[in-house]
Amino acid sequence: MSDTLTIKNLHVEIAGKPILQGVNLEIKKGETHALMGPNGSGKSTLGLVIMGHPKYEVTEGDILLNGESILEMEADERARAGIFMAFQRPVAVPGVKMADFLRHATTNVRNPERKEGEDLIPMREFRKEIKDKMGQLKMDAEFARRYVNDGFSGGEMKRAEILQLAMLQPHFAILDETDSGLDADAVRLASQSINEIGHGKMGLLIITHHDKLLHYNTPDFTHVILGGRIVETGGKELAEELHEQGYERIRNDYPEAAAVNDAVEEPVA
Amino acid sequence: MSQTITRMEFNQEGFDAFLQSRNEPQWLQSLRQTAWQSFTEGRWPNQKDEEWMRTDIRLFKLNKFNSATESNQPLPTAVLSAGVELAGSCSSMDGVTLHHHLDAEWAEKGVVFGSLSELAHQHPDLIEKYLFQKAVDPKFDRFSALHAAFWSSGVFLYVPRGVVIDKPLHSIAGMSDGGSDFAHTLVILEDGAEATLLSESASPDVNSGGMHCGAVELIVGNDAHLRYVNLQDWGQGVWHFANQKALVGRDSSLQWTVGALGSRLSKVNQHVSLTGEGGNCQVNGVMFTENKQHLSYHTLQQHEKPHCVSDFLYKAALQDSSRTVWRGMIQVDEGAQKTDGYQRNDNLLLSRTARADSIPGLEIEADDVRCTHGSTSGKVDEELIFYARSRGFSRKEAIQMIVTGFFQQVFDRVTIESVREALGLAIARRVRDYE
Ligand SMILES: Nc1ncnc2c1ncn2[C@@H]1O[C@H](COP(=O)(O)OP(=O)(O)OP(=O)(O)O)[C@@H](O)[C@H]1O
Ligand SMILES: [Mg+2]
Repeated sequence: MSDTLTIKNLHVEIAGKPILQGVNLEIKKGETHALMGPNGSGKSTLGLVIMGHPKYEVTEGDILLNGESILEMEADERARAGIFMAFQRPVAVPGVKMADFLRHATTNVRNPERKEGEDLIPMREFRKEIKDKMGQLKMDAEFARRYVNDGFSGGEMKRAEILQLAMLQPHFAILDETDSGLDADAVRLASQSINEIGHGKMGLLIITHHDKLLHYNTPDFTHVILGGRIVETGGKELAEELHEQGYERIRNDYPEAAAVNDAVEEPVA
Repeated sequence: MSQTITRMEFNQEGFDAFLQSRNEPQWLQSLRQTAWQSFTEGRWPNQKDEEWMRTDIRLFKLNKFNSATESNQPLPTAVLSAGVELAGSCSSMDGVTLHHHLDAEWAEKGVVFGSLSELAHQHPDLIEKYLFQKAVDPKFDRFSALHAAFWSSGVFLYVPRGVVIDKPLHSIAGMSDGGSDFAHTLVILEDGAEATLLSESASPDVNSGGMHCGAVELIVGNDAHLRYVNLQDWGQGVWHFANQKALVGRDSSLQWTVGALGSRLSKVNQHVSLTGEGGNCQVNGVMFTENKQHLSYHTLQQHEKPHCVSDFLYKAALQDSSRTVWRGMIQVDEGAQKTDGYQRNDNLLLSRTARADSIPGLEIEADDVRCTHGSTSGKVDEELIFYARSRGFSRKEAIQMIVTGFFQQVFDRVTIESVREALGLAIARRVRDYE
């Protein structure tokens, strides 16, 4: 069976405020989708809802993995089912070493049936694997001994997210601005790594404001989200157009969605 | 009437019978008598006393308990000594010594270690000078008086000048359900001596009751170094009252690690006096409470002399309707210039009904000092839980990990692996979920 992640007429609210207003999207394993849109248009929200963030309330529509709704599944069940998100703003977990965190995570994701307290993957095996992956990402071995995201620079955090992607090998990965906060060399390295790890293998939903990441991971589809709705879908040329010319044409073509976006975006006086 | 002395109550008759059963040297008898006198003249503290404002002991009934009584219960399993090569060990159950042992290698060097009750007969020269003389005052409150009158078993460690014991010593005090423990710990390090003592106390199971009324006296000479670990893991029905004081001499160090996990109610006074220039004291406190446990710790770091460092870090995680009270005081005496004093208390609330009170304080009478204190209390961040869950951790696993991480900062300071492991495991086992 070809794995498919389907978003159907998804409406999402946070604290009573509507954010997504009927998103439709289908991603097959092996495909790369670019999700673009101005600030505040709902990109991260869509990713977080797919991942199962408890703060977002789905008021209508559905998210299906291979035809089965995952709305009732907790975030950890979704992770074990093969969904992953590299966060725009990862949080720090003080006192927990990257290696310990990832060993536990990797064990759970690889053995979805594992019960609490059962053995973790053997230390030696895990050490070797994480060392290899970190080598590929040109990460210092010391990284694994640091506390998760604690005191990491913006760039280090993003690379730590890519390391997790590499270790967890999901079927579907949402990469939320995984290229932001990186210097030029790091962006290239990150883009190449993502290509090696996932391009053509996983179903990728890439959220980005830059072009490098998509240059290395050519999208099969580009979606433009505005005012909580996908207003246009195209191929890689659409991404190129937006990079070069910005969102003005989109705003003009979809004035209603643009108005919604601006209303939501409006800063509280 | 040949075998009816099993129950010794805390009244005049009980005290006389207790004293008679001990058959101790005169100096010790009179020490007990004086303490008993203070006890009978004293009154129980109540919530009008500032010290006890937040700690309610109205349900504590002394007459439900006995002094040390032979027990047929098995000794609970020790956790601090697991996998550790020891220089000596000693154990007691319900205040009665079961066994004590010191490797000949150390005994030959003049080290004395074992049950304080028994060694008081053999080494009065070493013990009389210190017991209740320099550190803990039997008149401090009614519990210290009761303890000084009725203490039994306990641990005595004496390390002569210049002797460095490179393996830890271990002691465990067990208490059966409804039993009592009046253990007294007395440690004396002469100048240039070094030692590590791992002490733990435990009940047969988590629901056990009983009473501990104890004291700890640590006397660290000059250029001496002591690591002392005290893991309290009584059942959650145990009343725990303890007065603890350490004296740290010139250019000496004390690393004191406290694990407070058990008891129904604890009231502990922990006092460290830096009595010589260049002394250093580090205290690492780990508390985990659940159900209706109430743990109250009052710490006092007293800088008597200049150029000393004290660094107290207490971290507590609280589950259910449990409560902790931490009151810390840095006291800098006149003339104790160049003092570097630090105290911190962080609390992690694992439920809406848990409560942590944190009362830091400073009393400074010298002018060239650096003293800092701080405290935080907060609940587990839902964003952290989500982050971990998005990586496949169950909610419970996520919380366990976050709680372990919270304590890591203290664990990082503890230089003894078995202690880090025992505390880490004990905590992970207790964490249930966060409501
Ligand atoms: N937790 C929240 N509480 C309140 N409002 C929120 C919350 N999360 C998102 N929003 C609002 O929802 C809208 C969409 O936010 P979202 O983060 O999805 O945008 P985005 O497209 O990812 O933007 P950016 O490009 O800046 O990352 C914004 O108006 C934002 O303020
Ligand atoms: Mg975003």
